[in-house]
Amino acid sequence: MNQFLQSLPDTLVQGLAIGMMYALIALGYTLVYGILELINFAHGDVFMLGGLFSWAALQHFFGAQIGANYGVLGGGTLVMAIILAFLIATVSCGGVGFVIERFAYRPLRNAPKLAPLVTAIGVSFIIENAVLVWQTGTGNMELTYPSLINQQIIPVLGLHIPSKAIIVFVTAPILMVGLLYLVGNTRMGKAMRATAQDQEAARMMGIDVNRVISFTFIVGSVLAGCAGVIYALYYNSIDYSVGFLAGLKAFTAAVLGGIGNIRGAMLGGLLVGEVESIVDSIDASQGVGLQWAEPAVFLVLMCVLIFRPTGLLGAQVVDKA
Amino acid sequence: MTMLQFNGVHTYYGPIHVLKGVNYRVEEGEIVCLLGANGAGKTTTMKTILGLVRPTEGTVVFKGQEIGKMTPSQVVKAGIAPVPEGRRVFSRMSVSENLELGAYVRSDHKAIADDMSRVFDLFPRLKERRKQLAGLMSGGEQQMLAIGRAMMARPTLLIMDEPSMGLSPIFVERVFDTVQSINKQGVTIFMVEQNANMALTIANRGYVLQNGEVVLENDAASLLQSELVRKTYLGEAIEVS
Ligand SMILES: Nc1ncnc2c1ncn2[C@@H]1O[C@H](COP(=O)(O)OP(=O)(O)O)[C@@H](O)[C@H]1O
Ligand SMILES: [Mg+2]
Repeated sequence: MNQFLQSLPDTLVQGLAIGMMYALIALGYTLVYGILELINFAHGDVFMLGGLFSWAALQHFFGAQIGANYGVLGGGTLVMAIILAFLIATVSCGGVGFVIERFAYRPLRNAPKLAPLVTAIGVSFIIENAVLVWQTGTGNMELTYPSLINQQIIPVLGLHIPSKAIIVFVTAPILMVGLLYLVGNTRMGKAMRATAQDQEAARMMGIDVNRVISFTFIVGSVLAGCAGVIYALYYNSIDYSVGFLAGLKAFTAAVLGGIGNIRGAMLGGLLVGEVESIVDSIDASQGVGLQWAEPAVFLVLMCVLIFRPTGLLGAQVVDKA
Repeated sequence: MTMLQFNGVHTYYGPIHVLKGVNYRVEEGEIVCLLGANGAGKTTTMKTILGLVRPTEGTVVFKGQEIGKMTPSQVVKAGIAPVPEGRRVFSRMSVSENLELGAYVRSDHKAIADDMSRVFDLFPRLKERRKQLAGLMSGGEQQMLAIGRAMMARPTLLIMDEPSMGLSPIFVERVFDTVQSINKQGVTIFMVEQNANMALTIANRGYVLQNGEVVLENDAASLLQSELVRKTYLGEAIEVS
Protein backbone atom coordinates (compact mmCIF):
# COMPACT_ATOMS: atom_id res chain seq x y z
CA MET A 1 0.00 0.00 0.00
CA ASN A 2 2.90 2.27 0.82
CA GLN A 3 4.30 1.71 -2.62
CA PHE A 4 0.91 2.63 -4.08
CA LEU A 5 0.72 5.89 -2.11
CA GLN A 6 4.24 6.88 -3.00
CA SER A 7 3.57 6.50 -6.69
CA LEU A 8 0.07 8.00 -6.54
CA PRO A 9 0.95 11.31 -8.24
CA ASP A 10 2.59 9.45 -11.12
CA THR A 11 -0.36 7.08 -11.25
CA LEU A 12 -2.67 10.04 -11.66
CA VAL A 13 -0.54 11.46 -14.47
CA GLN A 14 -0.73 8.15 -16.29
CA GLY A 15 -4.46 8.01 -15.66
CA LEU A 16 -4.76 11.42 -17.23
CA ALA A 17 -2.93 10.22 -20.34
CA ILE A 18 -5.03 7.11 -20.93
CA GLY A 19 -8.13 9.03 -19.81
CA MET A 20 -7.59 11.56 -22.58
CA MET A 21 -7.34 8.69 -25.01
CA TYR A 22 -10.63 7.21 -23.78
CA ALA A 23 -12.18 10.67 -23.94
CA LEU A 24 -11.28 10.99 -27.61
CA ILE A 25 -13.00 7.70 -28.37
CA ALA A 26 -15.96 8.47 -26.12
CA LEU A 27 -16.63 11.68 -28.07
CA GLY A 28 -17.44 9.66 -31.19
CA TYR A 29 -20.00 7.52 -29.33
CA THR A 30 -21.59 10.57 -27.82
CA LEU A 31 -21.71 12.65 -31.04
CA VAL A 32 -23.37 9.87 -32.99
CA TYR A 33 -25.75 8.98 -30.17
CA GLY A 34 -26.68 12.63 -29.75
CA ILE A 35 -27.86 12.83 -33.34
CA LEU A 36 -29.13 9.36 -34.21
CA GLU A 37 -29.70 7.71 -30.80
CA LEU A 38 -27.56 4.93 -32.24
CA ILE A 39 -24.80 3.16 -30.35
CA ASN A 40 -22.17 2.72 -33.02
CA PHE A 41 -20.62 -0.56 -31.90
CA ALA A 42 -18.13 -0.43 -34.74
CA HIS A 43 -16.59 2.74 -33.29
CA GLY A 44 -13.99 0.88 -31.22
CA ASP A 45 -12.84 -0.87 -34.37
CA VAL A 46 -12.40 2.42 -36.19
CA PHE A 47 -10.14 3.36 -33.26
CA MET A 48 -8.14 0.17 -33.83
CA LEU A 49 -7.89 0.93 -37.56
CA GLY A 50 -6.29 4.30 -36.72
CA GLY A 51 -3.44 2.45 -35.05
CA LEU A 52 -3.25 -0.13 -37.81
CA PHE A 53 -3.25 2.22 -40.81
CA SER A 54 -0.69 4.51 -39.21
CA TRP A 55 1.46 1.47 -38.42
CA ALA A 56 1.38 0.52 -42.11
CA ALA A 57 2.21 4.06 -43.19
CA LEU A 58 5.12 4.29 -40.76
CA GLN A 59 6.50 0.96 -41.97
CA HIS A 60 6.14 2.08 -45.56
CA PHE A 61 7.75 5.50 -45.31
CA PHE A 62 10.07 5.18 -42.33
CA GLY A 63 10.61 1.40 -42.22
CA ALA A 64 14.37 1.59 -42.64
CA GLN A 65 14.98 4.21 -39.97
CA ILE A 66 12.57 2.51 -37.54
CA GLY A 67 14.29 -0.83 -38.05
CA ALA A 68 17.73 0.70 -37.55
CA ASN A 69 16.98 2.44 -34.24
CA TYR A 70 14.60 0.12 -32.37
CA GLY A 71 11.65 2.27 -33.40
CA VAL A 72 13.16 5.51 -32.19
CA LEU A 73 13.48 8.47 -34.53
CA GLY A 74 15.07 11.83 -33.99
CA GLY A 75 14.78 15.45 -35.02
CA GLY A 76 12.92 16.30 -38.21
CA THR A 77 12.25 12.65 -39.06
CA LEU A 78 10.49 12.20 -35.72
CA VAL A 79 8.23 15.19 -36.30
CA MET A 80 7.45 14.06 -39.84
CA ALA A 81 6.68 10.52 -38.69
CA ILE A 82 4.31 11.73 -35.96
CA ILE A 83 2.54 14.05 -38.37
CA LEU A 84 2.28 11.25 -40.92
CA ALA A 85 0.82 8.84 -38.36
CA PHE A 86 -1.92 11.26 -37.31
CA LEU A 87 -2.58 12.38 -40.88
CA ILE A 88 -3.03 8.83 -42.17
CA ALA A 89 -5.27 7.95 -39.21
CA THR A 90 -7.33 11.08 -39.81
CA VAL A 91 -7.86 10.49 -43.51
CA SER A 92 -8.40 6.73 -43.40
CA CYS A 93 -10.61 6.63 -40.31
CA GLY A 94 -12.60 9.62 -41.50
CA GLY A 95 -13.20 7.72 -44.73
CA VAL A 96 -14.10 4.51 -42.93
CA GLY A 97 -16.57 6.36 -40.70
CA PHE A 98 -18.18 7.97 -43.72
CA VAL A 99 -18.51 4.65 -45.53
CA ILE A 100 -19.93 2.83 -42.49
CA GLU A 101 -22.65 5.42 -42.04
CA ARG A 102 -23.42 5.76 -45.72
CA PHE A 103 -23.73 2.07 -46.52
CA ALA A 104 -24.51 0.30 -43.23
CA TYR A 105 -26.61 2.73 -41.19
CA ARG A 106 -28.26 5.14 -43.61
CA PRO A 107 -30.35 2.49 -45.39
CA LEU A 108 -31.76 1.60 -41.96
CA ARG A 109 -32.40 5.18 -40.85
CA ASN A 110 -36.16 4.64 -40.61
CA ALA A 111 -36.06 1.02 -39.52
CA PRO A 112 -36.81 0.01 -35.90
CA LYS A 113 -33.91 0.86 -33.54
CA LEU A 114 -32.83 -2.77 -33.18
CA ALA A 115 -31.90 -3.08 -36.87
CA PRO A 116 -29.07 -0.52 -36.94
CA LEU A 117 -27.88 -1.80 -33.55
CA VAL A 118 -27.49 -5.34 -34.85
CA THR A 119 -25.91 -3.95 -38.02
CA ALA A 120 -23.40 -2.04 -35.90
CA ILE A 121 -22.38 -5.25 -34.15
CA GLY A 122 -22.08 -6.87 -37.57
CA VAL A 123 -19.86 -4.08 -38.90
CA SER A 124 -17.67 -4.46 -35.83
CA PHE A 125 -17.21 -8.19 -36.49
CA ILE A 126 -16.51 -7.56 -40.18
CA ILE A 127 -13.75 -5.04 -39.43
CA GLU A 128 -12.14 -7.17 -36.71
CA ASN A 129 -12.19 -10.30 -38.82
CA ALA A 130 -10.93 -8.56 -41.94
CA VAL A 131 -7.95 -7.31 -39.96
CA LEU A 132 -7.47 -10.74 -38.35
CA VAL A 133 -7.43 -12.38 -41.79
CA TRP A 134 -4.89 -9.84 -42.97
CA GLN A 135 -2.75 -10.32 -39.85
CA THR A 136 -2.70 -14.12 -40.14
CA GLY A 137 -2.28 -14.00 -43.91
CA THR A 138 0.78 -11.78 -43.71
CA GLY A 139 2.24 -13.41 -40.61
CA ASN A 140 1.89 -10.20 -38.64
CA MET A 141 0.16 -11.61 -35.60
CA GLU A 142 1.89 -9.30 -33.20
CA LEU A 143 2.49 -5.88 -34.66
CA THR A 144 5.10 -3.94 -32.77
CA TYR A 145 4.31 -0.27 -33.03
CA PRO A 146 7.42 1.92 -33.05
CA SER A 147 7.66 4.13 -29.99
CA LEU A 148 9.17 6.89 -32.21
CA ILE A 149 10.19 8.95 -29.16
CA ASN A 150 13.12 7.80 -27.08
CA GLN A 151 11.45 6.22 -24.05
CA GLN A 152 12.54 7.95 -20.91
CA ILE A 153 11.15 9.39 -17.73
CA ILE A 154 11.00 13.16 -17.62
CA PRO A 155 11.04 14.68 -14.13
CA VAL A 156 8.65 17.60 -13.81
CA LEU A 157 7.90 19.15 -10.39
CA GLY A 158 8.70 15.89 -8.62
CA LEU A 159 6.54 13.88 -11.01
CA HIS A 160 7.93 11.22 -13.30
CA ILE A 161 6.32 11.70 -16.67
CA PRO A 162 6.95 9.05 -19.30
CA SER A 163 8.01 10.64 -22.58
CA LYS A 164 5.32 8.70 -24.46
CA ALA A 165 2.67 10.57 -22.43
CA ILE A 166 3.88 13.87 -23.88
CA ILE A 167 2.34 13.06 -27.27
CA VAL A 168 -1.04 12.51 -25.56
CA PHE A 169 -0.78 15.70 -23.53
CA VAL A 170 -0.05 17.69 -26.67
CA THR A 171 -2.44 16.17 -29.20
CA ALA A 172 -5.53 15.25 -27.16
CA PRO A 173 -6.21 18.74 -25.75
CA ILE A 174 -5.77 20.26 -29.20
CA LEU A 175 -8.31 17.83 -30.64
CA MET A 176 -10.76 18.37 -27.77
CA VAL A 177 -10.58 22.15 -27.86
CA GLY A 178 -10.88 21.98 -31.65
CA LEU A 179 -14.03 19.89 -31.32
CA LEU A 180 -15.57 22.25 -28.75
CA TYR A 181 -14.88 25.15 -31.10
CA LEU A 182 -16.28 23.28 -34.07
CA VAL A 183 -19.52 22.33 -32.32
CA GLY A 184 -19.90 25.57 -30.43
CA ASN A 185 -19.00 28.21 -32.97
CA THR A 186 -19.06 27.07 -36.56
CA ARG A 187 -21.99 26.94 -38.95
CA MET A 188 -21.64 23.16 -39.23
CA GLY A 189 -21.49 22.85 -35.45
CA LYS A 190 -24.74 24.74 -35.10
CA ALA A 191 -26.28 22.51 -37.73
CA MET A 192 -25.09 19.47 -35.75
CA ARG A 193 -26.67 20.71 -32.54
CA ALA A 194 -29.88 21.69 -34.30
CA THR A 195 -30.08 18.25 -35.91
CA ALA A 196 -29.45 16.56 -32.56
CA GLN A 197 -32.24 18.53 -30.91
CA ASP A 198 -34.95 18.37 -33.57
CA GLN A 199 -34.12 16.74 -36.85
CA GLU A 200 -37.30 17.76 -38.65
CA ALA A 201 -37.04 21.37 -37.51
CA ALA A 202 -33.42 21.36 -38.69
CA ARG A 203 -34.56 20.23 -42.12
CA MET A 204 -37.13 23.04 -42.10
CA MET A 205 -34.25 25.50 -41.72
CA GLY A 206 -32.74 24.10 -44.91
CA ILE A 207 -30.10 22.02 -43.11
CA ASP A 208 -29.06 19.00 -45.16
CA VAL A 209 -29.40 16.45 -42.37
CA ASN A 210 -27.69 13.68 -44.33
CA ARG A 211 -24.61 15.84 -44.74
CA VAL A 212 -24.64 16.70 -41.06
CA ILE A 213 -24.85 13.02 -40.12
CA SER A 214 -22.02 12.11 -42.51
CA PHE A 215 -19.94 14.92 -41.09
CA THR A 216 -20.64 13.76 -37.52
CA PHE A 217 -19.47 10.23 -38.32
CA ILE A 218 -16.33 11.60 -39.98
CA VAL A 219 -15.49 13.82 -37.00
CA GLY A 220 -16.09 11.03 -34.48
CA SER A 221 -14.05 8.60 -36.54
CA VAL A 222 -11.16 11.04 -36.95
CA LEU A 223 -11.02 11.47 -33.16
CA ALA A 224 -11.09 7.70 -32.70
CA GLY A 225 -8.39 7.25 -35.33
CA CYS A 226 -6.12 9.74 -33.58
CA ALA A 227 -6.83 7.94 -30.29
CA GLY A 228 -5.74 4.77 -32.08
CA VAL A 229 -2.38 6.33 -32.90
CA ILE A 230 -2.04 7.49 -29.30
CA TYR A 231 -2.89 4.01 -28.00
CA ALA A 232 -0.43 2.31 -30.32
CA LEU A 233 2.37 4.73 -29.44
CA TYR A 234 1.59 4.37 -25.74
CA TYR A 235 1.46 0.58 -25.60
CA ASN A 236 3.83 -0.07 -28.53
CA SER A 237 1.48 -2.59 -30.07
CA ILE A 238 -1.68 -2.83 -32.09
CA ASP A 239 -3.82 -5.74 -33.26
CA TYR A 240 -7.31 -6.55 -34.50
CA SER A 241 -8.73 -7.09 -31.02
CA VAL A 242 -7.84 -3.91 -29.12
CA GLY A 243 -10.88 -1.99 -30.36
CA PHE A 244 -13.29 -4.15 -28.41
CA LEU A 245 -12.18 -3.46 -24.84
CA ALA A 246 -11.03 0.11 -25.44
CA GLY A 247 -14.30 0.81 -27.24
CA LEU A 248 -16.30 -0.69 -24.40
CA LYS A 249 -14.47 1.41 -21.82
CA ALA A 250 -14.88 4.55 -23.90
CA PHE A 251 -18.57 3.79 -24.30
CA THR A 252 -18.74 3.42 -20.52
CA ALA A 253 -17.04 6.81 -20.27
CA ALA A 254 -19.64 8.35 -22.56
CA VAL A 255 -22.50 6.92 -20.47
CA LEU A 256 -20.74 7.92 -17.26
CA GLY A 257 -20.57 11.56 -18.36
CA GLY A 258 -24.05 11.52 -19.88
CA ILE A 259 -24.43 10.12 -23.37
CA GLY A 260 -24.95 12.78 -26.02
CA ASN A 261 -23.12 15.31 -23.87
CA ILE A 262 -19.75 16.36 -25.27
CA ARG A 263 -18.23 17.68 -22.05
CA GLY A 264 -19.65 14.62 -20.31
CA ALA A 265 -17.70 12.33 -22.64
CA MET A 266 -14.50 14.22 -21.86
CA LEU A 267 -15.09 14.04 -18.11
CA GLY A 268 -16.15 10.40 -18.30
CA GLY A 269 -13.04 9.52 -20.29
CA LEU A 270 -10.75 11.12 -17.73
CA LEU A 271 -12.54 9.34 -14.87
CA VAL A 272 -12.30 5.95 -16.54
CA GLY A 273 -8.60 6.56 -17.22
CA GLU A 274 -7.95 7.50 -13.58
CA VAL A 275 -9.91 4.57 -12.17
CA GLU A 276 -8.07 2.19 -14.44
CA SER A 277 -4.70 3.66 -13.61
CA ILE A 278 -5.32 3.69 -9.84
CA VAL A 279 -6.61 0.13 -9.76
CA ASP A 280 -3.72 -1.04 -11.93
CA SER A 281 -1.35 0.59 -9.48
CA ILE A 282 -3.02 -1.09 -6.50
CA ASP A 283 -2.85 -4.41 -8.36
CA ALA A 284 0.84 -3.87 -8.96
CA SER A 285 1.50 -3.09 -5.30
CA GLN A 286 -0.36 -6.25 -4.22
CA GLY A 287 1.56 -8.63 -6.38
CA VAL A 288 1.63 -10.03 -9.84
CA GLY A 289 -1.19 -10.95 -12.17
CA LEU A 290 -4.07 -8.99 -10.69
CA GLN A 291 -6.49 -7.43 -13.19
CA TRP A 292 -9.17 -5.51 -11.35
CA ALA A 293 -9.14 -2.41 -13.55
CA GLU A 294 -11.99 -3.45 -15.87
CA PRO A 295 -14.40 -4.60 -13.19
CA ALA A 296 -13.64 -1.41 -11.25
CA VAL A 297 -14.48 0.80 -14.23
CA PHE A 298 -17.85 -0.89 -14.65
CA LEU A 299 -18.51 -0.82 -10.91
CA VAL A 300 -18.00 2.95 -10.94
CA LEU A 301 -20.39 3.21 -13.87
CA MET A 302 -23.05 1.22 -12.04
CA CYS A 303 -22.68 3.29 -8.87
CA VAL A 304 -22.95 6.55 -10.80
CA LEU A 305 -25.99 5.36 -12.75
CA ILE A 306 -27.80 4.37 -9.55
CA PHE A 307 -27.57 7.92 -8.25
CA ARG A 308 -27.54 9.79 -11.58
CA PRO A 309 -29.30 7.67 -14.18
CA THR A 310 -28.50 10.16 -16.94
CA GLY A 311 -24.79 10.30 -16.14
CA LEU A 312 -22.70 12.93 -14.38
CA LEU A 313 -23.46 15.89 -16.66
CA GLY A 314 -26.81 14.63 -17.93
CA ALA A 315 -27.72 12.82 -21.10
CA GLN A 316 -28.74 14.95 -24.04
CA VAL A 317 -31.02 13.10 -26.36
CA VAL A 318 -33.35 14.59 -28.90
CA ASP A 319 -35.82 17.01 -27.34
CA LYS A 320 -39.28 15.58 -27.39
CA ALA A 321 -40.89 18.90 -26.44
CA MET B 1 -48.35 36.88 -59.90
CA THR B 2 -49.26 33.52 -58.45
CA MET B 3 -46.95 32.76 -55.57
CA LEU B 4 -47.97 29.23 -54.72
CA GLN B 5 -50.23 26.74 -56.37
CA PHE B 6 -51.27 23.17 -55.50
CA ASN B 7 -52.63 21.26 -58.49
CA GLY B 8 -54.50 18.08 -57.52
CA VAL B 9 -52.02 17.11 -54.81
CA HIS B 10 -52.23 13.70 -53.14
CA THR B 11 -50.01 12.66 -50.24
CA TYR B 12 -49.68 9.50 -48.18
CA TYR B 13 -48.07 8.49 -44.89
CA GLY B 14 -47.45 4.85 -45.74
CA PRO B 15 -50.93 3.49 -46.41
CA ILE B 16 -52.72 6.53 -44.96
CA HIS B 17 -54.11 8.76 -47.68
CA VAL B 18 -53.98 12.32 -46.29
CA LEU B 19 -54.31 14.98 -49.01
CA LYS B 20 -56.83 13.82 -51.58
CA GLY B 21 -56.35 15.95 -54.65
CA VAL B 22 -56.23 19.44 -53.16
CA ASN B 23 -55.91 22.69 -55.08
CA TYR B 24 -54.74 25.90 -53.40
CA ARG B 25 -53.67 29.17 -54.93
CA VAL B 26 -51.86 31.98 -53.10
CA GLU B 27 -51.27 35.25 -54.95
CA GLU B 28 -48.33 37.54 -54.30
CA GLY B 29 -48.94 39.90 -51.38
CA GLU B 30 -51.92 37.96 -50.01
CA ILE B 31 -52.64 36.53 -46.60
CA VAL B 32 -54.37 33.22 -47.23
CA CYS B 33 -55.78 31.24 -44.37
CA LEU B 34 -56.23 27.46 -44.19
CA LEU B 35 -58.93 26.27 -41.79
CA GLY B 36 -59.82 22.74 -40.82
CA ALA B 37 -60.42 20.38 -37.91
CA ASN B 38 -57.62 18.40 -36.28
CA GLY B 39 -56.33 15.73 -38.59
CA ALA B 40 -57.71 17.40 -41.73
CA GLY B 41 -54.25 17.61 -43.33
CA LYS B 42 -53.24 21.21 -42.63
CA THR B 43 -49.79 20.41 -41.24
CA THR B 44 -49.34 17.89 -44.04
CA THR B 45 -50.02 20.73 -46.48
CA MET B 46 -47.23 22.78 -44.88
CA LYS B 47 -44.84 19.81 -44.92
CA THR B 48 -45.65 19.19 -48.56
CA ILE B 49 -44.72 22.77 -49.43
CA LEU B 50 -41.41 22.38 -47.61
CA GLY B 51 -40.54 19.10 -49.30
CA LEU B 52 -40.76 17.09 -46.07
CA VAL B 53 -43.67 15.13 -47.54
CA ARG B 54 -43.70 14.26 -51.24
CA PRO B 55 -46.85 14.39 -53.34
CA THR B 56 -47.56 11.05 -54.98
CA GLU B 57 -49.68 12.83 -57.56
CA GLY B 58 -50.16 16.45 -58.57
CA THR B 59 -47.79 19.39 -58.57
CA VAL B 60 -46.73 22.12 -56.15
CA VAL B 61 -45.67 25.25 -58.01
CA PHE B 62 -43.86 28.18 -56.41
CA LYS B 63 -43.34 31.28 -58.58
CA GLY B 64 -43.76 29.22 -61.72
CA GLN B 65 -41.30 26.55 -60.58
CA GLU B 66 -42.29 23.00 -59.63
CA ILE B 67 -41.05 22.42 -56.07
CA GLY B 68 -42.80 19.12 -55.31
CA LYS B 69 -39.61 17.14 -55.86
CA MET B 70 -37.21 19.59 -54.24
CA THR B 71 -35.39 18.99 -50.95
CA PRO B 72 -36.35 21.22 -48.00
CA SER B 73 -33.01 22.96 -48.37
CA GLN B 74 -33.78 23.88 -51.99
CA VAL B 75 -37.28 25.03 -51.05
CA VAL B 76 -35.95 27.32 -48.31
CA LYS B 77 -33.34 28.69 -50.71
CA ALA B 78 -36.10 29.39 -53.23
CA GLY B 79 -37.69 31.76 -50.69
CA ILE B 80 -40.13 29.84 -48.47
CA ALA B 81 -39.72 29.87 -44.70
CA PRO B 82 -41.83 28.06 -42.09
CA VAL B 83 -43.16 28.94 -38.67
CA PRO B 84 -43.81 25.33 -37.66
CA GLU B 85 -46.66 23.93 -35.61
CA GLY B 86 -45.64 23.92 -31.95
CA ARG B 87 -42.91 26.52 -32.67
CA ARG B 88 -40.07 23.97 -32.74
CA VAL B 89 -37.40 26.40 -31.57
CA PHE B 90 -34.06 24.78 -30.74
CA SER B 91 -34.52 24.83 -27.01
CA ARG B 92 -30.92 24.11 -25.98
CA MET B 93 -29.54 26.82 -28.23
CA SER B 94 -29.48 30.54 -27.57
CA VAL B 95 -31.94 32.99 -29.06
CA SER B 96 -29.34 34.41 -31.43
CA GLU B 97 -28.20 30.93 -32.50
CA ASN B 98 -31.81 30.13 -33.33
CA LEU B 99 -31.99 33.24 -35.46
CA GLU B 100 -28.71 32.35 -37.17
CA LEU B 101 -30.14 28.95 -38.02
CA GLY B 102 -33.07 30.69 -39.69
CA ALA B 103 -30.52 32.18 -42.09
CA TYR B 104 -28.74 28.83 -42.52
CA VAL B 105 -29.10 28.70 -46.32
CA ARG B 106 -27.81 32.23 -46.77
CA SER B 107 -24.19 33.30 -47.05
CA ASP B 108 -24.54 37.10 -47.31
CA HIS B 109 -23.14 37.72 -43.81
CA LYS B 110 -23.55 41.47 -43.85
CA ALA B 111 -27.23 41.30 -44.81
CA ILE B 112 -27.81 38.55 -42.23
CA ALA B 113 -26.52 40.86 -39.49
CA ASP B 114 -28.84 43.61 -40.73
CA ASP B 115 -31.80 41.25 -40.73
CA MET B 116 -30.97 40.14 -37.21
CA SER B 117 -31.12 43.73 -35.96
CA ARG B 118 -34.40 44.17 -37.85
CA VAL B 119 -35.83 41.13 -36.03
CA PHE B 120 -34.58 42.61 -32.74
CA ASP B 121 -36.36 45.87 -33.60
CA LEU B 122 -39.54 43.94 -34.27
CA PHE B 123 -39.20 41.91 -31.05
CA PRO B 124 -37.13 43.86 -28.49
CA ARG B 125 -37.74 41.04 -26.01
CA LEU B 126 -35.60 38.76 -28.15
CA LYS B 127 -32.77 41.26 -28.10
CA GLU B 128 -32.80 41.39 -24.30
CA ARG B 129 -32.67 37.60 -24.20
CA ARG B 130 -30.43 36.88 -27.13
CA LYS B 131 -27.87 34.98 -25.03
CA GLN B 132 -30.52 32.98 -23.21
CA LEU B 133 -31.49 29.40 -24.12
CA ALA B 134 -34.65 29.40 -26.21
CA GLY B 135 -36.18 26.62 -24.12
CA LEU B 136 -36.19 28.84 -21.04
CA MET B 137 -38.52 31.43 -22.59
CA SER B 138 -42.31 31.55 -22.33
CA GLY B 139 -44.49 30.12 -25.07
CA GLY B 140 -45.29 33.57 -26.42
CA GLU B 141 -41.65 34.55 -26.56
CA GLN B 142 -40.80 31.28 -28.28
CA GLN B 143 -43.45 32.03 -30.89
CA MET B 144 -41.86 35.45 -31.48
CA LEU B 145 -38.54 33.65 -31.88
CA ALA B 146 -40.04 31.17 -34.34
CA ILE B 147 -41.41 34.04 -36.41
CA GLY B 148 -38.14 35.97 -36.21
CA ARG B 149 -36.22 32.84 -37.16
CA ALA B 150 -38.36 32.40 -40.27
CA MET B 151 -37.83 36.05 -41.22
CA MET B 152 -34.07 35.47 -41.08
CA ALA B 153 -34.40 33.39 -44.25
CA ARG B 154 -35.67 36.55 -46.06
CA PRO B 155 -38.67 34.63 -47.39
CA THR B 156 -41.04 35.83 -50.07
CA LEU B 157 -43.57 33.30 -48.80
CA LEU B 158 -44.04 32.70 -45.09
CA ILE B 159 -45.94 29.55 -44.16
CA MET B 160 -47.30 29.53 -40.63
CA ASP B 161 -48.84 26.53 -38.87
CA GLU B 162 -51.16 27.55 -36.03
CA PRO B 163 -49.02 30.45 -34.79
CA SER B 164 -51.51 31.41 -32.08
CA MET B 165 -51.90 27.92 -30.63
CA GLY B 166 -51.54 27.75 -26.86
CA LEU B 167 -50.81 31.45 -26.41
CA SER B 168 -52.37 33.90 -23.95
CA PRO B 169 -54.82 36.42 -25.48
CA ILE B 170 -52.22 39.22 -25.40
CA PHE B 171 -49.74 37.16 -27.37
CA VAL B 172 -52.44 35.97 -29.78
CA GLU B 173 -53.14 39.62 -30.55
CA ARG B 174 -49.43 40.31 -30.99
CA VAL B 175 -49.00 37.38 -33.35
CA PHE B 176 -51.78 38.58 -35.62
CA ASP B 177 -50.44 42.15 -35.52
CA THR B 178 -47.01 40.85 -36.44
CA VAL B 179 -48.40 38.75 -39.29
CA GLN B 180 -50.08 41.85 -40.68
CA SER B 181 -47.00 44.02 -40.43
CA ILE B 182 -44.80 41.35 -42.04
CA ASN B 183 -47.34 41.12 -44.83
CA LYS B 184 -47.26 44.90 -45.28
CA GLN B 185 -43.50 44.61 -45.86
CA GLY B 186 -44.36 42.57 -48.94
CA VAL B 187 -44.16 39.01 -47.62
CA THR B 188 -46.92 36.70 -48.82
CA ILE B 189 -48.45 34.59 -46.06
CA PHE B 190 -50.09 31.17 -46.11
CA MET B 191 -51.36 30.47 -42.62
CA VAL B 192 -53.02 27.54 -40.87
CA GLU B 193 -55.21 28.67 -37.99
CA GLN B 194 -57.76 27.32 -35.53
CA ASN B 195 -58.64 30.83 -34.45
CA ALA B 196 -60.84 31.32 -37.52
CA ASN B 197 -62.32 34.59 -36.36
CA MET B 198 -59.01 36.41 -35.95
CA ALA B 199 -57.42 34.74 -38.94
CA LEU B 200 -60.23 35.61 -41.33
CA THR B 201 -60.23 39.17 -40.06
CA ILE B 202 -56.71 39.74 -41.34
CA ALA B 203 -56.76 37.34 -44.32
CA ASN B 204 -57.69 38.09 -47.92
CA ARG B 205 -58.93 34.62 -48.73
CA GLY B 206 -59.31 31.25 -47.11
CA TYR B 207 -59.72 27.52 -47.66
CA VAL B 208 -61.55 25.00 -45.52
CA LEU B 209 -60.02 21.54 -45.48
CA GLN B 210 -61.97 18.46 -44.37
CA ASN B 211 -60.47 14.97 -44.38
CA GLY B 212 -57.86 15.99 -46.91
CA GLU B 213 -60.25 17.70 -49.30
CA VAL B 214 -60.96 21.38 -49.86
CA VAL B 215 -64.68 21.76 -49.15
CA LEU B 216 -64.87 25.53 -49.28
CA GLU B 217 -62.83 28.40 -50.64
CA ASN B 218 -63.72 32.05 -50.76
CA ASP B 219 -62.63 35.55 -49.80
CA ALA B 220 -62.27 36.00 -46.06
CA ALA B 221 -65.32 38.16 -45.54
CA SER B 222 -67.62 35.63 -47.24
CA LEU B 223 -66.08 32.77 -45.29
CA LEU B 224 -66.78 34.61 -42.04
CA GLN B 225 -70.44 34.73 -43.07
CA SER B 226 -70.66 31.18 -44.37
CA GLU B 227 -72.80 28.64 -42.57
CA LEU B 228 -70.07 25.98 -42.43
CA VAL B 229 -67.40 28.22 -40.97
CA ARG B 230 -69.74 29.87 -38.48
CA LYS B 231 -71.01 26.52 -37.21
CA THR B 232 -67.85 24.50 -37.21
CA TYR B 233 -65.07 26.95 -36.45
CA LEU B 234 -66.48 30.16 -35.07
CA GLY B 235 -68.95 28.31 -32.84
CA GLU B 236 -66.02 26.52 -31.26
CA ALA B 237 -63.87 29.59 -31.07
CA ILE B 238 -66.55 31.66 -29.36
CA GLU B 239 -67.27 28.97 -26.79
CA VAL B 240 -63.61 28.63 -25.97
CA SER B 241 -62.90 32.31 -25.55
N1 LIG C 1 -45.96 11.10 -39.61
C1 LIG C 1 -47.21 10.62 -39.77
N2 LIG C 1 -47.39 9.29 -39.96
C2 LIG C 1 -48.64 8.79 -40.12
N3 LIG C 1 -49.75 9.51 -40.13
C3 LIG C 1 -49.64 10.84 -39.95
C4 LIG C 1 -48.36 11.46 -39.76
N4 LIG C 1 -48.54 12.79 -39.60
C5 LIG C 1 -49.88 12.99 -39.69
N5 LIG C 1 -50.53 11.82 -39.90
C6 LIG C 1 -51.97 11.67 -40.09
O1 LIG C 1 -52.35 12.44 -41.19
C7 LIG C 1 -53.56 13.11 -40.95
C8 LIG C 1 -53.39 14.61 -41.14
O2 LIG C 1 -52.49 15.10 -40.17
P1 LIG C 1 -52.08 16.63 -40.08
O3 LIG C 1 -51.73 17.10 -41.43
O4 LIG C 1 -51.08 16.74 -39.03
O5 LIG C 1 -53.45 17.28 -39.61
P2 LIG C 1 -53.76 18.75 -39.08
O6 LIG C 1 -52.52 19.55 -39.09
O7 LIG C 1 -54.81 19.26 -40.00
O8 LIG C 1 -54.30 18.57 -37.69
C9 LIG C 1 -53.98 12.73 -39.54
O9 LIG C 1 -54.94 11.70 -39.64
C10 LIG C 1 -52.74 12.23 -38.91
O10 LIG C 1 -53.03 11.23 -37.96
MG1 LIG D 1 -51.53 20.46 -37.57
